[in-house]
Amino acid sequence: MNKSQLIEALAKEENLPLKKAEEVVNTVFGDMEKALVRGERVEIRGFGSFKVKHYDGYKGRNPKTGEVIDVAPKKLPFFKVGKELKERADVEY
Amino acid sequence: MALTKEKIINSIYYQVGLSKSQSRAVVESLLEIMKRTLENGENILISGFGKFEVKKKSARRGRNPQTTEDLQLRARRVVVFKTSGVLRNKINQSL
Repeated sequence: MNKSQLIEALAKEENLPLKKAEEVVNTVFGDMEKALVRGERVEIRGFGSFKVKHYDGYKGRNPKTGEVIDVAPKKLPFFKVGKELKERADVEY
Repeated sequence: MALTKEKIINSIYYQVGLSKSQSRAVVESLLEIMKRTLENGENILISGFGKFEVKKKSARRGRNPQTTEDLQLRARRVVVFKTSGVLRNKINQSL
């Protein structure tokens, strides 16, 4: 499912005009993005939480050539799945 | 301060112009659609943000690190998130 399908599903389920559903979806992910860019946590009960982890720079090696390279410090968002979603997704297969 | 569902509901109220109760309903509904989709084993791709994926993990032998007891872990399904390159770059611009 991509973003436009999510927008359509929301419009249908909530009887919203597509335009409104689009604004809702963009606002939700836009808020999350802004929080993460500011380095804030996102905590959605039952769904999951995001936090930005900081990784220090280190000296790495190109595994092919053996050449030493500097790996710059970086930040990456880390998602921890919430209890409800975790349990619901984990069905027998 | 962490971004919570309450704050998102407030954003919807102020920015989208739905009533407070409607704002709450659409946010709950959106989350429910996403949970249901993942529950059905379908991935969700939000371009510019990231991808929520359902991964199958096969059964494996594990160990309780506290008691060192061997145990069999059953096959499971887990949800993982992969950040989009666009979002990753935005987060690292403030570095």
